[in-house]
Amino acid sequence: MTSLPDLVCPAGSLPALKAAVDNGADAVYLGFKNDTNARNFAGLNFDAKTMAEGIRYAHGRGREILLAINTFPQAGRTADWQKAVDAAVDQGVDAIILADIGLLDYARHSHPSQRLHLSVQGSATSYEAINFCQREFGIRRAVLPRVLTLAQVENVIKNTTVEIEVFGFGSLCVMNEGRCWLSSYACGESPNTVGACSPAKYVKWDKKPGVMETRLNGVLIDQFGDDEPAGYPTLCKGRFEVQGETYYALEEPTSLNVLEILPDILKIGVRAIKVEGRQRSPTYVAQVTRTLRAALDSLRDGSERFHVKPAWQAELAKVSEGSQATLGAYSRPWR
Amino acid sequence: MNSSFIIPKFRLPGFVARLGQKLPQWPHALALVAGLNAALKMKLLPESELALLEDKLFRVRILDTGGEACYTYSNGLFRPVFTPQREPDLAFAAHLSAYLQLLSRQEDPDTLFFNRELEITGDTELGLIVKNMLDAVEWPKFSAGLPVFRH
Repeated sequence: MTSLPDLVCPAGSLPALKAAVDNGADAVYLGFKNDTNARNFAGLNFDAKTMAEGIRYAHGRGREILLAINTFPQAGRTADWQKAVDAAVDQGVDAIILADIGLLDYARHSHPSQRLHLSVQGSATSYEAINFCQREFGIRRAVLPRVLTLAQVENVIKNTTVEIEVFGFGSLCVMNEGRCWLSSYACGESPNTVGACSPAKYVKWDKKPGVMETRLNGVLIDQFGDDEPAGYPTLCKGRFEVQGETYYALEEPTSLNVLEILPDILKIGVRAIKVEGRQRSPTYVAQVTRTLRAALDSLRDGSERFHVKPAWQAELAKVSEGSQATLGAYSRPWR
Repeated sequence: MNSSFIIPKFRLPGFVARLGQKLPQWPHALALVAGLNAALKMKLLPESELALLEDKLFRVRILDTGGEACYTYSNGLFRPVFTPQREPDLAFAAHLSAYLQLLSRQEDPDTLFFNRELEITGDTELGLIVKNMLDAVEWPKFSAGLPVFRH
């Protein structure tokens, strides 16, 4: 029997949390209804009551709840983020996912027994950075930014006793994690300041005959023909004219999908695999969770006979952004 | 709804829409509003988000039946609007199968939107509020039957 990494799934609502638990997530990660988390969208996330119910539901079935407080305290408002940490401890979450080192320090000293994870937004890509956070703040797990090759992930794991969590599925962005200001460039707000990339109030989908235009605070991001798939209204996914040519100047809309390299991820000792998408619906959470659960379970008896079932790929392709998938930085043959 | 029942993607023949457009639209609005108010009565919709819908005009259009319904939310109730005097704040347009897949939680709204099977126009933030509000509803009818692949 191979020990499997935890499957960590997203939830922006109670039905999504239950969908994750019912479909085989080992842990579910959530956020409060405010700008202490990077998916601060209207109508999304948990208040004290729904969080308590969600925790009861997950714990009653032997699963964990992780709480993301993964934005950076704004000047003059540090207390709001500290209160969020206190509230998370009071709620009894299994771990808090933090990005800001000031907040990590606060959590470590105010709640020494609380399990802390270093968020992907903390942008720690080396074992030195991770070991520093272990030494100073006692972090038990680090979520790696999506910029490392599998060999680099393995090197990190070999040189730290901190558990390593990697992304397994979900939308990709420019991966300048915790440091991206592209959204602010267009509208003055970004995940690091208000907890949301390209906030909806700045987004305009303009339907004209034969074409739909997407604008972010007036800036034309992209335009789609009637039968062309649409993408997220973010600058990084836009098509722009550069030196006379119009194309995806920053990156193509695509989703990360690690099914193909799942046995390798297990072999190098990854402790948890994370699914992106707290802003997505309970349906997405159910579809992705049950697919990755089935794939992971098929590895329980060893990886020799592992093969990626077409049904898994079809299910994940359906919910992928741009309906296409990539191994991202994990597979980069060049050095 | 039985979890093993899959709603296929389909389109009703063109004459249905041509016929539907000629029929009175008020029954659609009444039926939709009755459903929404029933959800209100069961306290399925969160009050904090409901306040953000106050006096907004919504339009739901079913492309392949030719049906459409306009409604608003005011003073704690959804109300039909039979002769809208202005453009809606938020408008949805899709074929019947997409709505059914959405309501039964068989398909994800983002997936339908990205694949251009669901059209959302107007106030984008309002659209997100409505989407997230519907996602957060625990429909008593569907909650028991999510398929579980785990053995």
